[in-house]
Amino acid sequence: MPPMEFFDSATYSIQFQVNSEWRKVRIRAADTLLDALREGLGLTGSKSGCDNGDCGTCTILVNGLPIKSCIMLAVEADGQQITTIEGLTNSPMLQAFAEKQAFQCGYCTPGFIVNCHGLLNILPDADDETIRIWLESNICRCTSYEEIREAVKSVFLAHSTDGVP
Amino acid sequence: MIPIDFEYYRPASISEAVESFQYLSKHKKNPMYYGGGTEIITWARTNAIHPGAVIDIKLIPECNVMDFAGNTLVLGSCITLSALSMVNPFPLLSESATGVADQTARNKITLGGSICGRIHFREAVLPLLLADSRMVIAGSQGIREVPIHDVFLQQMRLAVGEFIVQVNTDRKYLSLPFIHSKRRQIGNVGYPLVTLAALKKDNRIRTAFSGVCAFPFRSLEIEQVLNDKALTPTERVDQAIDKLPAPVLNDTEGSVGYRKFVLKQTILEALSKLGG
Repeated sequence: MPPMEFFDSATYSIQFQVNSEWRKVRIRAADTLLDALREGLGLTGSKSGCDNGDCGTCTILVNGLPIKSCIMLAVEADGQQITTIEGLTNSPMLQAFAEKQAFQCGYCTPGFIVNCHGLLNILPDADDETIRIWLESNICRCTSYEEIREAVKSVFLAHSTDGVP
Repeated sequence: MIPIDFEYYRPASISEAVESFQYLSKHKKNPMYYGGGTEIITWARTNAIHPGAVIDIKLIPECNVMDFAGNTLVLGSCITLSALSMVNPFPLLSESATGVADQTARNKITLGGSICGRIHFREAVLPLLLADSRMVIAGSQGIREVPIHDVFLQQMRLAVGEFIVQVNTDRKYLSLPFIHSKRRQIGNVGYPLVTLAALKKDNRIRTAFSGVCAFPFRSLEIEQVLNDKALTPTERVDQAIDKLPAPVLNDTEGSVGYRKFVLKQTILEALSKLGG
């Protein structure tokens, strides 16, 4: 057997930084990151929607990059920095969604907020077209798209008028 | 939740990956190479595939290269589609990549995965077919570089235990005039009715298609007709459609008739824009 890192089909302990805190979790090699966050760590803000990488309601940040946690194995996150909606409680994006009432049932909301928070950090000067493209990653069955777009744009506008480079 | 168990291996070199595959095959583990893993996860979730082990090749340095070696663009198979678009070393490939899935999914989907996927669209391969790219493939016999036309015939033809390490493309192709047009039934995200990638080299238009038939393709016969200046553009397109390599898809995205209609308009626009 070649000497290398491997995880067999029994449960294993991995460790990653979730919302700035190092956490250990026992997983199967076949567990998705969404499974590990919800079932292993009790972080249920990331929702299970399509489980197929389509709807975006399970979106989290991995090293700052939005990822659909239903299409990432938990073992891939070993040693990485994860941000979930629970880590964004005081973020401008979350506040904007609340102020603009950019939701109806709210099930998709964590995914939208996390994705757009990631966009703000990666491309703080994102133009309308870029925002539109990034918003396509998430689906809102209640069709709150206009309010969502308004909320997201308000954060980018505030960011630019604050003079943040 | 994935209802099956499998083992997970994370080799740090090409040789470790190949040896792992051989070892796991020998032990009846039905191993699969794992890049972005999006298709493996979604197929495994629905019990459509049953790997006993996955070999994650993302830590292999050669699979993460995105750089020039002389006049060759070298792209590692584990480069994500969003990274490709962000860095943009090959604008036509960037446009093709941007048409796949959605922005967040593209943060996970890799170039190699997009080419090797079971889902038949495999749109990232179109620019590589047009640019006569070369595939660097690793397996038990070592590492070989092969023209893409020799190994991508409707789908990647890899021997058991092989995986794509890199894709090499000559610099001269990267800045040629091109068109990329993806037509969907509705909206901006989803599978194509027709995807056309076209590139103009030496005053001739090269074309490759996805979504039209059950596999992506580049056809020299079609290019011959499309570049026949003795014919009107409409005649060229009509004859090109007669030379499609397989039946046109007929599914919920679009009927045969509708697909042909969209295909015709898409090619005509490409000819017009590229001055064909």
